[in-house]
Amino acid sequence: MFQFIFKKLLLVVPTFIGITLLTFTLIRMIPGDPIEIMAGERGVSPERHAQLRSELGLDQPILVQYFDYVQGIFQGDLGVSLITKTPVIEEFLSLFPATVELAFCAAMFAIIIGLPAGIIAAVKRGSVFDHSVMTISLTGYSMPIFWWALLLMLVFSVNLDLTPVSGRMDVTYWIDEVTGFMLIDTLLSGEEGAFKSAVHHLVLPSIVLGTIPMAVIARMTRSSMLEVLGEDYIRTARSKGMVPMRVIVVHALRNALIPVITVIGLQVGILLSGAILTETIFAWPGIGKWLIESIGRRDYPVVQGGILIVATMIIMVNLFVDIMYGVVNPRIRHAH
Amino acid sequence: MELLEVKNLCVEFGSEENPFRAVDQVGYTVSRGEVVGIVGESGSGKSVSSLSIMGLIDYPGRVTADSMLFNGQDLQKLSDKERRKITGADIAMIFQEPMSSLNPCYTVEFQISEALKIHQGGTRKWRRERVIELLEQVGIPDPKSRLSNYPHQLSGGMSQRVMIAMAIACEPILLIADEPTTALDVTIQAQIMDLLLDLQKQKNMGLVLITHDLALVAEAADRVIVMYAGQVVESGPAEELFSTPKHPYTQALLRSLPESSVGQDRLDALPGVVPGAFDRPTGCMLSPRCAYATERCHNEQPHIQGDKIRQVRCFTPLDANGEPVQ
Repeated sequence: MFQFIFKKLLLVVPTFIGITLLTFTLIRMIPGDPIEIMAGERGVSPERHAQLRSELGLDQPILVQYFDYVQGIFQGDLGVSLITKTPVIEEFLSLFPATVELAFCAAMFAIIIGLPAGIIAAVKRGSVFDHSVMTISLTGYSMPIFWWALLLMLVFSVNLDLTPVSGRMDVTYWIDEVTGFMLIDTLLSGEEGAFKSAVHHLVLPSIVLGTIPMAVIARMTRSSMLEVLGEDYIRTARSKGMVPMRVIVVHALRNALIPVITVIGLQVGILLSGAILTETIFAWPGIGKWLIESIGRRDYPVVQGGILIVATMIIMVNLFVDIMYGVVNPRIRHAH
Repeated sequence: MELLEVKNLCVEFGSEENPFRAVDQVGYTVSRGEVVGIVGESGSGKSVSSLSIMGLIDYPGRVTADSMLFNGQDLQKLSDKERRKITGADIAMIFQEPMSSLNPCYTVEFQISEALKIHQGGTRKWRRERVIELLEQVGIPDPKSRLSNYPHQLSGGMSQRVMIAMAIACEPILLIADEPTTALDVTIQAQIMDLLLDLQKQKNMGLVLITHDLALVAEAADRVIVMYAGQVVESGPAEELFSTPKHPYTQALLRSLPESSVGQDRLDALPGVVPGAFDRPTGCMLSPRCAYATERCHNEQPHIQGDKIRQVRCFTPLDANGEPVQ
């Protein structure tokens, strides 16, 4: 098992080199540099421009800049934002809990609804329930996220006044930041109503962000379950005279989960990298919004560092999925 | 009392208005300690008829029968719960593909002791001992070391032995073996058959042996049922049926054996295939392929007739010389 993990970790090295090269070059290929963006419409004199460029180290040969950047990574230094002058890692850490919190709730929403829906649809294939699940999930999958978000806001926030429109917290509360996770911090603060407010703020963004993963999980679970339910070993299980529930949960689900776990892993990876649309629409102070804004500002270190961290997380999630694979599927465990 | 008595068993698939009868008015009996062979080509309804006895035919399949008596109890009249108590305990089944019939996610021990747990309960320690004992009974060397094996670590023959251990775990009195050796190497086939017959004698079980291997049936079975296109076309004691077949289909099956074509250039083969869902003939099911078919055979369905011992479904059953009686 340890050897298996070690091998997987070794494979990560070339991926990392690729990511650093790609982000480094791509962000520099976008026209304009941070100084021009900061100067805005007023413009900046060529002398001042050159001076600022040399202050920021942008006048160095491109290879030297890349080398400095990689050297920084090895020393655990992702650089300092050109705009705010705070270290990238610090900015990231202050925003990341918001993204994790939202991603976690969205993933929970997707799994708790998607998995059982897929299972029941497969078991009762051809039924009204099956057709409804398939139709709803197809709709969910193909619906534009921003439109879905606005629709939910219109109905639940504006018309029914059940949920807030944006943000993480009502402004009437002041919560000390302990973990950065609003759900935990509000509980720790002991302030009345704060937790409820945090939950209220999470509901709509979680549903919006979790809709596509839910649809993907439901469809994947259904097709995987259908395949497994037709297998010979399901017939064997039934021939032992066990209750149908046990056949489905113990014998079918475990086998059917193998492809579903991959899908869940990939989806969680995507969620953690920040939901650009959802975070923007709900003014959710997370990674997605931060990265998009930093691209607009040509904040090279933030884009490079941020993407590197996000990529690391996706790699970690995938590694975790690979390990889970081995736990669920003995054929994989023994092959390594 | 017979152990199993099936009368007029029908299994239908497809729409209510235009159903496809995979099994058509099948009836047979099995007594304790008896080996009954069911033979027939692929698609003749052998497996479906035994799956319906196990209660494993799913919607949209429809099972009907005048009676399906097991040990005096009509299986059709039982609730699902009562039926499950019998399935896997008193009636057990072994399947064709041992490699894919074991769940790849669970160990040998888990899968065998599961059957014990469902029907007999007992402590974990007792079940483990029982599993070891069962593995020993089915001839698996060093059974203790096999407990934690997963199916992908077993060979085909070994998997079938595990399947047999699983089936006999709760001491069934009726064992249905659906082509138990078809997927195995020839050398292993004989071993598995010997094991099955040994266990059958030891435990005095009724054994239904479904196969398309005539040689196997001739050796193992006391009585033989020949099925064609979902119907029983002939049944009788094995020796009699093989020496003097009464149904043209049985005769054709026997003639197509390599042994009966010694000295000939080509094997005698029955032309055509078993009729499917859409090309069932109006008269006798075999009429399009039968060498002796008459006008009547093409228009009218023969009924099964004969005494308790020997039955045949033909207007002109064959005599001792293999010629149709006019």
